[in-house]
Amino acid sequence: MITTTMNKTRSPIAMQWSWWLLMALAAGLLFMMYGSILDGYEIGIVIFSAAMLGWMGQNWPGFRVHIAVTTALSLIAVQIYGNDLSAGDSQFFLNYILSSQSAIMWMSALFVMATVAYFAALFARSEFVGKVGSALTWSGVTMGLVGLMVRWRESYLISHDVGHIPVSNLYEVFILFAVITGLIYLFYERRYQTRAMGGFVLLVISASVGFILWYAFDRNAAEIQPLVPALQSYWMKIHVPANFVGYGAFAMAAMIGVAYLLTSSLQKRNEQSSFAAVMPELGVMEDVMYKAIALGFAFFTVATILGALWAAEAWGGYWSWDPKETWALIVWLNYAAWLHMRMIKGWHGRPMAWWAVIGLFVTLFAFLGVNMFLGGLHSYGEL
Amino acid sequence: MSDVQQSADKPSFGRKLILLLGSMDLAITLLLVLAIASVIGTVLQQNQPYADYVIKFGPFWFDVFEAAGLYDVYSALWFLVILALLVVSTSVCVTRHTPSMIKEMIEIRTHVKEKSLRAMKQSDQWTVASGEQESAAELAAALSQSGYRVRQVDKEGGILISAMKGSLNRLGYLFTHVAIVVICLGGLLDSNLPIKFAEWRGDIKVETRNLASDEVPMESRLPVGNQAFRGSIQIAEGRVANVAFLPLRDGYLVQELPFVLKVKDFRIEHYTTGQPKSFETDLVLFDDDLPEPIETTISVNHPLIHKGYAIYQSSFADGGSHLTMAAWPLDENAGQAPTEVNGRIFDKRRMPWGQDGLQLELISFRPFNINPDPTEEDPDNIRNFGPSFGFKLRTPTGEAKEYVNYMAPVMKDGRAFFLSGVRSSPAEEFGYLYIPIDRQGSVKGFSDYLKRLRDQTLVKQTAAEMTKETLQQMSDQTGPQVAASLQETLERLVSLYMQGGFVEVSRFIETALPAEQQEKLGQAYLSMLREMLARIFFAEHDESQTVTEAELLFLQDAADAIGSLTRYGSPVYLSLKDYQHIQASGLQIARSPGKSTVYIGCALLILGVFILFYLPQIRFWAMVKPDGDKSRIVLAGMSNRNPRDFELLFEQVRQRLKAVDGNSTQA
Ligand code: HEM
Repeated sequence: MITTTMNKTRSPIAMQWSWWLLMALAAGLLFMMYGSILDGYEIGIVIFSAAMLGWMGQNWPGFRVHIAVTTALSLIAVQIYGNDLSAGDSQFFLNYILSSQSAIMWMSALFVMATVAYFAALFARSEFVGKVGSALTWSGVTMGLVGLMVRWRESYLISHDVGHIPVSNLYEVFILFAVITGLIYLFYERRYQTRAMGGFVLLVISASVGFILWYAFDRNAAEIQPLVPALQSYWMKIHVPANFVGYGAFAMAAMIGVAYLLTSSLQKRNEQSSFAAVMPELGVMEDVMYKAIALGFAFFTVATILGALWAAEAWGGYWSWDPKETWALIVWLNYAAWLHMRMIKGWHGRPMAWWAVIGLFVTLFAFLGVNMFLGGLHSYGEL
Repeated sequence: MSDVQQSADKPSFGRKLILLLGSMDLAITLLLVLAIASVIGTVLQQNQPYADYVIKFGPFWFDVFEAAGLYDVYSALWFLVILALLVVSTSVCVTRHTPSMIKEMIEIRTHVKEKSLRAMKQSDQWTVASGEQESAAELAAALSQSGYRVRQVDKEGGILISAMKGSLNRLGYLFTHVAIVVICLGGLLDSNLPIKFAEWRGDIKVETRNLASDEVPMESRLPVGNQAFRGSIQIAEGRVANVAFLPLRDGYLVQELPFVLKVKDFRIEHYTTGQPKSFETDLVLFDDDLPEPIETTISVNHPLIHKGYAIYQSSFADGGSHLTMAAWPLDENAGQAPTEVNGRIFDKRRMPWGQDGLQLELISFRPFNINPDPTEEDPDNIRNFGPSFGFKLRTPTGEAKEYVNYMAPVMKDGRAFFLSGVRSSPAEEFGYLYIPIDRQGSVKGFSDYLKRLRDQTLVKQTAAEMTKETLQQMSDQTGPQVAASLQETLERLVSLYMQGGFVEVSRFIETALPAEQQEKLGQAYLSMLREMLARIFFAEHDESQTVTEAELLFLQDAADAIGSLTRYGSPVYLSLKDYQHIQASGLQIARSPGKSTVYIGCALLILGVFILFYLPQIRFWAMVKPDGDKSRIVLAGMSNRNPRDFELLFEQVRQRLKAVDGNSTQA
């Protein structure tokens, strides 16, 4: 067992202020350049986003770098594109690095390499290789987010009425899932000062990368499609990302659950298990698992409610027992039960870890299975 | 906190029930049972026509499932009971916990002993140089500076400083759990429970017949009122309506509305790629309470809300488009000028076609058909195939075939055709008839050829000519018998062809000829038939005219089409000459008086969850005791969640307090 210490260090006050100032400046600049064409809702979103980024980056240096690099790369891509979508094929930087397709391929490769690196670090007990794993993960989330940003722009280059935020079909949300899960993991990696769980979490990200690649190459899903009328709503912009914070956090909790189960059974068999020796204490893993589920639950609550508000506007009722809605409720009830079990009944250890793992399958069904098998009013992404 | 005072004597039944209802075990069980029960309605499609279920499950299971309420699980009694139990359980839980939660929120615990402080997981002690009063004051100031509520009490042998932060955390519990109850109650207001109750009492009756809205009897009508409902209605362009239909099990109810809706226009906009971009209705709402009617445009995601009634764009359909068609006979009457037929979508009409007459049922009209049309360069190419209409032809015995005819010619292999699809049941794919178009762009060329093929005299004459020529070529002497038999065969081949094309001819070859001759003679038969078809086609040509490539292709296409007429099965071909497209807008109309209650509940829930998770309740105690001219401090603390985070915090606070107390020495 490696002992971990928590890291809640705060960035220097000057740094915090500068970061906030930067976010305020960015928002201000945006208003100056585009203020005249933004409606009230869009102004709200800009302010909200700036505040979120400010808050998240306040004490998290890695996040600040991530946002700065993502912004820079996205702006470069937008600049090179100009108003010509075909630049994506002719310009070297776009074609090989920054066009959304390329960036997403880079993200895919980086996440897979990160998975390998984390496991290699675990077995070789090499701190350096672990750091490489972190660096690769950071690069992966950055390229993924750049890919989404550039894709957003590309959709507008196709034509103004096709343009939309890339969270509208299964292909796009899987990228979002990989990015968000990666970021949540990186947050806890820093907070708990251990990279030992990285391989496990990256495994689920790699699985989603596998899906993205299959979906893109076998089903030609990477093509940007215009939005069906039902999805043309500002609710989509907040409902979907909020959902994916939930899905990402639940997926991470499940993978920590896997790590927990593996460690604890190896340990049971052999007190001196060398694998267990490099993993964090079981208590730490339980802690991370709880926190991920709490985070996921909070965001999933918000997302489901936002979904209800949207449904009230689009379908004429806030709750229709549509399969997707119902499965969201099932996921939510499941984790509510988990939380009660842990907080009130004081259950812990292997049963809770198993439950978290099972939770992933419930979540996965809500997220993917419903679209594949059940259909309903949620019109995006049929396989 | 869940252990309740256990009185010494045996608890009464009521008390036991309350205990059970408020118990955590029941709560967790209910959460999971509700989750599992919810799955059913997602696996089994809900509220489908009952006939579909009968087909799917058979009569026995259909009845079983109906009794279990599985076709509308979410308003089945047993499902509602689970929900109700959850609400009761949560209410009991909240009621029982509220007093202690409030107490915990307000109270800064001062009843602690030094011993218990030392026993806490996070505790420490040290000695400082300053005196008791002075130290205590410094500690209290430092803690309150860090945002704690601080209380100082004198205890025997020392001073106790109690500090606390995050008392809101307990509100988090109250908010989340009250929210559940509020949301469920709001949902109840919007449910169809009152309707079900009225139905159960016999006050209303579900209508299952297909009636016009004003023919629906009183007992199936719901008057204007405050009740919740969610219904729908289709209004054709230019028409008005003042009711909505509420689907209920295998029938519906009619909800009257306090206003009249008129659909002026319905539009679908398309992206350049052909996918629909928006569905919009220009709507006028007439309400006597309004100085003038509301005129507005609604679209998906942009409803109109009036007096608590929300009107949504939800679907569209044909609103009875007018079609002008030409009926080209394909039977014995082939070649006659087409008759004009006028009709509207949804019309059913008897037509004097075929032997016994047929009922023409116009069922659909589409102004665009954007379909895949893969080409060499672009396998994903899509193209607009133009207007089409669908109809059924029903025989007096009730059998019907369904057809879909395209108005504009379709290109195939560089030639233009009229396209007509046919199938015998909705489960089948359409099979298509390709009618070649003549040089005038009309069906006439095809129709004339068909007429000639049906003309027995012409067929006979052609067969005779052909027989004669053939026998002349075969220079050896053959008797009149051979001639008669050849002529008969030629006529036979044409007649077989008319019955079923080459398929029918091949069948004839296989059944009527000896096996050893089939191949050789069969080939000869087919070429003779082709010759006959061509001769009849060119019957009106005079010798001098040269035959063009285009004519040959037309012949081939026309012959192909004629060979499949039997399978096509209709005595006429309907071509669409003109249309007036009238659409109907599908509106959903809802009233949900519980909506704001639900939204308040939702706001409470979100607030509660975040408070509960991210505003932990934290308490510190510092006991200051004189120790000579110095003082000794025992510090302890706890938090109601995330012990590891708290470890870190405790360490920070300890450092901070030690720093203010200066010169400390660890005891
Ligand atoms: C739909 C029903 C319910 C939902 C969704 C729900 C949800 C939650 C959630 C999310 C928490 C926070 C867990 C945590 O601290 O991490 C919680 C805490 C709690 N719940 Fe429930 N709950 C429900 C019903 C009940 C019922 C019926 C009871 C009564 C036995 C109950 C008793 C509690 C208690 C005592 C807490 C602990 C609060 C604390 O001290 O932090 N809950 N509930």
